[in-house]
Amino acid sequence: MSAKYEIITSTNLVAGYPDNIVWRDANFTINRGEFVAVIGPNGAGKTTLFRLLLGLQQPVTGTIKIFNEAPKRGNPQIGYVPQRHIFDGETNIESVELVRLGYSGKQWGLGLFTQKDRQAAFDAMKAVGATDLAHRSLGVLSGGELQRIFLAEALVSNPAVLLLDEPLSNLDMRRERELLQLIHKVVQARNVTALLIAHNINPLLPYLDKVVYIANGKVATGTPQEVLTSECLSELFGVHVEVLRDSRGNIAIVGIEDCHGCQPE
Amino acid sequence: MTFSINPWIDLQQMLQYQFMQHAFEAGTIVAIVAGIVGYFVVLRRSSFAAHALSHIGFSGAAAAVLIGVSPVYGLLLFTSVGGLGIAALGRRAAQRDVQIGTVLAFMLGLGVLFISLYTGYATEAYSILFGEILGISLSDVLLTLVAGVIILVLVAAVYRPLLFASLDEDVAEAKGMPVLFLGIIFMLLVAVATSFAVQVVGVLLIFSLMVTPAATAQQLAKKPRQVIIISVVIALIATWLGLFIAFYEPYPVSFFITTIVFALYLAIRFIYPKIKTLKL
Repeated sequence: MSAKYEIITSTNLVAGYPDNIVWRDANFTINRGEFVAVIGPNGAGKTTLFRLLLGLQQPVTGTIKIFNEAPKRGNPQIGYVPQRHIFDGETNIESVELVRLGYSGKQWGLGLFTQKDRQAAFDAMKAVGATDLAHRSLGVLSGGELQRIFLAEALVSNPAVLLLDEPLSNLDMRRERELLQLIHKVVQARNVTALLIAHNINPLLPYLDKVVYIANGKVATGTPQEVLTSECLSELFGVHVEVLRDSRGNIAIVGIEDCHGCQPE
Repeated sequence: MTFSINPWIDLQQMLQYQFMQHAFEAGTIVAIVAGIVGYFVVLRRSSFAAHALSHIGFSGAAAAVLIGVSPVYGLLLFTSVGGLGIAALGRRAAQRDVQIGTVLAFMLGLGVLFISLYTGYATEAYSILFGEILGISLSDVLLTLVAGVIILVLVAAVYRPLLFASLDEDVAEAKGMPVLFLGIIFMLLVAVATSFAVQVVGVLLIFSLMVTPAATAQQLAKKPRQVIIISVVIALIATWLGLFIAFYEPYPVSFFITTIVFALYLAIRFIYPKIKTLKL
């Protein structure tokens, strides 16, 4: 493995708004090529972390750096897949057109005489195994198919970091596993750093390098072995919790009522 | 007068009348502009906002008539201010039907007041509501042309960012696109396009040129550029054919335009899918 190259660093980071702190005292480092899960209960501030990295929100205090700089909006090195609903059936637009906009949507003018974005779009769709979906309408795609299109849209500009906000929600277990394998494959092939927000950590465990666990206004970070322990999570939640493991390595956290992201399958 | 066997001769005949010439010129520009802007209206699910803008324009037109200037200036002023207001509320707010509806009802009421204060022709209100393309003056045609060219240049300039922000606002915003600014540009485009389309079909029938052609075109193609072209073609067919028939028949042009647009919509919505499945 090559020398560790820091992509994201957070120092004494406090997030939210001055009169409404979401979480505080976050100190962590994410290195190039790492596959990171961002988990925690609903409303804990997982998306807030993405908004900070995208430059859509500023830290209350402390610093967060990406590529050794304060985040700024429109960083071309970040590919972003927001949490979203499916398109309604009336949206009759070829999916390749959306991927294309991920490449050239920032450019002014009609762009009548260039096919570069079209080629880039097809390449990105090939990388996520979605070439067969290229000419299908966005409105008729299933949740899993749409996630592949969104992934292609994020990858088309060749980013170094991927921020994926709940790509696995609304997928059945088989689709969930397929999409995860795909994301993992793409991330490895391109040496991309990926942060993925999820509800349930268990399907992610085979792939993870790091966990960012956000709960109770605090953030715990480390390898899954470090974070997913009774001691670490008890300290995070501020109450005694226990991490149980089944024979397949799945975990369950007991002792907290709101236990999203930790139900055993 | 009635139709002859050769429509080309008919057309030459009717174009000898200056009012028909002006009607065809203004109608053509409006159909092109409405067909294009209408695509973004449909894509952004903003048809109610567009509808509201034209109603807000009604009070502007009535106010203009009251102070003795061309209604189009009142339309432009009121729809632009209304459009800025809706855009400034943000995209999610632009879909707040109840608030927009409340404002549009008030503006219509204001329009009724202005019309009643105006002691001239009672037909003035009628032509704002339902269009009066056959009475359009040369200076209004030229004004329509200038506005049309400005809209086309503006759409060409913002085409890809506007498409991106309309289809995928969150990603566009994260990529640093000025989504609020694009929303304002969009609403101003709708405001100006609406103001001129009102000359053809009136404020009440604005849907027939600003929404239905694009919605119909969307059934026929999946690439934005193709949809826009088809949308323009539909708006043009309806406007030209409507003017053509209205030259011979004693009924309003806007009735014919809305009927043709509606017939095309029905045919493509319900008959076209059946033909398509037969072929496959």
